[in-house]
Amino acid sequence: MTRTAAKTPTALRRPDPRFAEGLRTRPHVLPLVPRALFPLNAPMQDIGSPDTGSDQTLEDRLLAVGRERDRAAFAALFGHFAPRLKAYLRRQGCDAAGAEELVQEVMLLVWRRAETYDPAQASASTWVFTIARNKRIDVLRREQRPEIDPDDPALVPALVPDRPESADRRLETQESAGRLRAALKDLPPEQAELLRLAYFEDKPHSVISAERGIPLGTVKSRLRLAMERLRKALRDTA
Amino acid sequence: MTVPTHHPGDTLLIDYAGGALDEAVSLAVATHLALCPCCRLNVAEMEAVGGALLEEIEPEAVDPASLEAVLARLDEHPPLPRAAAPVRPPKPIPVPLIPEPLRRYVGDDLSRLPWTRLMRGMDCCDIPLSGPPGGRSKARLMRLGPGVGPPHHTHRGVELTLVLDGGFTDDLGQFGRGDLSVADGSIRHRPVADEEGCLCLAVTDGLLRFTGALGLILNPFVKF
Ligand SMILES: [Zn+2]
Repeated sequence: MTRTAAKTPTALRRPDPRFAEGLRTRPHVLPLVPRALFPLNAPMQDIGSPDTGSDQTLEDRLLAVGRERDRAAFAALFGHFAPRLKAYLRRQGCDAAGAEELVQEVMLLVWRRAETYDPAQASASTWVFTIARNKRIDVLRREQRPEIDPDDPALVPALVPDRPESADRRLETQESAGRLRAALKDLPPEQAELLRLAYFEDKPHSVISAERGIPLGTVKSRLRLAMERLRKALRDTA
Repeated sequence: MTVPTHHPGDTLLIDYAGGALDEAVSLAVATHLALCPCCRLNVAEMEAVGGALLEEIEPEAVDPASLEAVLARLDEHPPLPRAAAPVRPPKPIPVPLIPEPLRRYVGDDLSRLPWTRLMRGMDCCDIPLSGPPGGRSKARLMRLGPGVGPPHHTHRGVELTLVLDGGFTDDLGQFGRGDLSVADGSIRHRPVADEEGCLCLAVTDGLLRFTGALGLILNPFVKF
């Protein structure tokens, strides 16, 4: 499709994975750039991370961008998310320059779509994750990602339509995101490892199984067990 | 309104939430999601897992010039207009048979599609996808007359069949609107369309097609 091909930066183009033998020899996990290469006082200030106790959360800043086009808030979000997005895109097969370029595209989408962000629905990280995922499918794979249309009259509505007030929902979403992060740290390593592969490698679990030589049944049961634990943490039924 | 009883399952939904599925498989999963509030909730939670994984990923330093470059471009990019709230007609509008996202691929009026007759009582129609030609998986609509069942076969690779109207019955049970049948090489299917016939979306996973002898395209109803 020329639609996306025309605007795909050269550095991002990679051979069609179906035909690229070379990709198979690519290490599954790209080596991380040694941290020593970067001074500790790197210019990118990481703010608003859950551990820093900053009084403004990522969600606050995202809302400020959406409501007031707040550039300082946007710069802060960039400082937090850009290095994570870069790491994410590198694991998806981008080279450093390509990842750098795609990070900029994703952050521009964050700027443009911030108005639609609803903190009752998702944490800022989850929202940014979905934008990055869709952008990389568009750019790296040159495919559309079919998604539901929440306003479609054919959509079968949830059985429990009533939701608590938005302020409660927002708090609930933030709290469950916190429980989720904690539960993620507690996962058995073999489950956590597979979960990362599933989210970061652009490969369905059947391919992960074949490439890693882990029986499909094992892959499925580890992912299921991981998801069960995380779901309990999200729903606070642990 | 009934909800489906046959679901994609956690692992396929994780693949969808993480973005690992190709367009055709995603189309089947997302169209199931439109008909299945339960799996929608699951996917929302799996996306939250994606967010948490992004949060804890080992960050990789970005070029300091990157932020300046983006800041300089912000004004070229006005906010995308918030999607206008849909004007709700006073009377309930008829529910389209084909839910999104499938509807934007095949439209509303299935009689206008270029159907191909495969055998008596069995028609199919390939769905064009956006990706580069020769994409990994194929998606097609299948229409079966009452009681129609294809010759027996076993699967090679994973196929998905999503019922849109009517239904079919096979070794695994009865499948009605919104039900998704996930088949792999280990299952021998003897599907037969129910009395009212069956309209379904069938997806063959091309990833595994290459390991098959002649690139066989199989789904519960068709063998080429
Ligand atoms: Zn379901």
